[in-house]
Amino acid sequence: MTIVLGIESSCDETGVGLVRLDGDGRLELLADEVASSVEQHARFGGVVPEVASRAHLEAMVPTMRRAFEVAGLKLSDVDAIAVTSGPGLAGALLVGVSAAKAYALSLGVPLYGANHLAGHVAADTLEHGPLPSPCLALLVSGGHSQLLRVDDLATRITEIGSTIDDAAGEAYDKVARVLGLPYPGGPPIDRAARRGNPRAIAFPRGLTGPRDAEYDFSFSGLKTAVARWVEARERDGEEVPLDDVAASFQEAVADVLTAKAVRAAERFDIGTMVVSGGVAANSRIKALAAERCAAAGITLRVPKPRLCTDNGAMVAALGAHLVAAGVEPSSLDLSATPGLPVSTVSV
Amino acid sequence: MLVLAVDTSTPAVTAGVLDLPADGPPTLLAERVTVDAKAHGELLTPHVRDALAAAGKALAEVDAVVCGTGPGPFTGLRAGMVTAAALGHALDRPVHPVCSLDAIAAEAPGDPLLVVTDARRREVYWAAYGPGGARTAGPDVVAPAELAGRLAELGVTRVAGARIFDFGLPVVGPEHPTPVGLVTAAAAVLRAGAEPGDLTPLYLRRPDAVEPGARKRVSRA
Ligand SMILES: Nc1ncnc2c1ncn2[C@@H]1O[C@H](COP(=O)(O)OP(=O)(O)OP(=O)(O)O)[C@@H](O)[C@H]1O
Repeated sequence: MTIVLGIESSCDETGVGLVRLDGDGRLELLADEVASSVEQHARFGGVVPEVASRAHLEAMVPTMRRAFEVAGLKLSDVDAIAVTSGPGLAGALLVGVSAAKAYALSLGVPLYGANHLAGHVAADTLEHGPLPSPCLALLVSGGHSQLLRVDDLATRITEIGSTIDDAAGEAYDKVARVLGLPYPGGPPIDRAARRGNPRAIAFPRGLTGPRDAEYDFSFSGLKTAVARWVEARERDGEEVPLDDVAASFQEAVADVLTAKAVRAAERFDIGTMVVSGGVAANSRIKALAAERCAAAGITLRVPKPRLCTDNGAMVAALGAHLVAAGVEPSSLDLSATPGLPVSTVSV
Repeated sequence: MLVLAVDTSTPAVTAGVLDLPADGPPTLLAERVTVDAKAHGELLTPHVRDALAAAGKALAEVDAVVCGTGPGPFTGLRAGMVTAAALGHALDRPVHPVCSLDAIAAEAPGDPLLVVTDARRREVYWAAYGPGGARTAGPDVVAPAELAGRLAELGVTRVAGARIFDFGLPVVGPEHPTPVGLVTAAAAVLRAGAEPGDLTPLYLRRPDAVEPGARKRVSRA
């Protein structure tokens, strides 16, 4: 039995997770504490790096204390530490990495610099158990939109495609602003969309032409199309049918994401798909993924929303997989790597 | 008492292990210092480990941690502060904050003193100290030329810290906060066994962030 501590600080969430790795390789989630600075960013319409970094410094030790309290564990119970060392915001990552190194030195336990994106995939194993090999991961968040082939969570992850401009969550946040909805834009658009008609407006599906990169995404044109459509209405003095715009925009996002993911699974003959990241909380993306995976005979796994957004439990889970796979720990001169590629699961 | 001192408020990544006797100045057992403004996150914990090893001490033997709280450029400063906070938590030992400029001043006792460090963006962090070593003004952040115009008013006759601007005063003391300076500045609180103050970074600047104005139009009117 191994207790793994996970620390996350790549964006605006300070996360501390505790996971128990049992002898049979199963994971048990013991604590998942998150302090978010999202409210401090709301008036800026997006994450302000310096504001996020300051909040991480304030929240780090208190979040750590809460996690151990919830788990009923002592710091000395920890056997290994995993920390997000990238990708993410440089100044934000540095706070978590520095803290993790100090804890690892004080407690005399191995430290793993872990990939945030791999962590998002690992989150699912906390809820649904080990992943079959290979599986396909659709990772959609405020900072990323990627299709990954996961042969081994601890050692072999390959990018199949990714966004060439905005991330899916970013598109939600920007469209929310166009519609006068609050930040972050995902939840309010999701709610409005449920009341609207997804076929009311035919918004463009990015990179779906015959000569386009088959597994890459593009959401910037969609965002612009929504803004143009709304402005044209406003200029003509007509009312903007917010629910229909939200539903039609959401349909375009869900359509492209799920169509490309299913096509990739079929092309590479992969039978299991994991959808994770903050945008995986989206009701339409989940429903359409379920529908299309069922039709294609693909098993779909989506962790609960709490595990989809940034948290420390997913990093602890990835750490547990690294420990179980016997991966070499990182050295204490580990540093944050803002541009860490997904193929580097641990550093 | 065995004290661990860290500071990352300047380009120096500093860790030191010291003995603070009941009376008199602290004795430096070992220190590790690298001047590299980009290496705070990478090097501080290895420096702590190596300084302890050189001093022949174990982390568990440390009685207290002293941490420079700036002022300093944001990112590097946080590396030291979160490291100190985590060490204090993990070891269950107090972490005493020290204004990093005070630590520089502590190593240049004597006549009234100006201490400056590089705040980047063509500004300096500064504080002034009286003949007894007490801080009489600052810490604050300002353009060096403006500070130069205030020297008479501040009554300082010497300058310590970053050698980045010629104030026309004799230069004394260290360039960066040192372990000895940090522990000297905290000696009274350490000896009294007092509750540590808040471990709050001295940023002295607000984050650069602008609230978005009206939505930008994408269509041509
Ligand atoms: N129901 C939803 N529908 C669509 N988008 C959502 C929904 N709920 C949250 N989101 C979006 O998820 C994003 C936040 O997700 P998450 O916390 O995973 O990502 P992040 O903080 O951007 O970090 P990273 O990209 O580094 O993983 C925001 O852009 C938000 O609008």
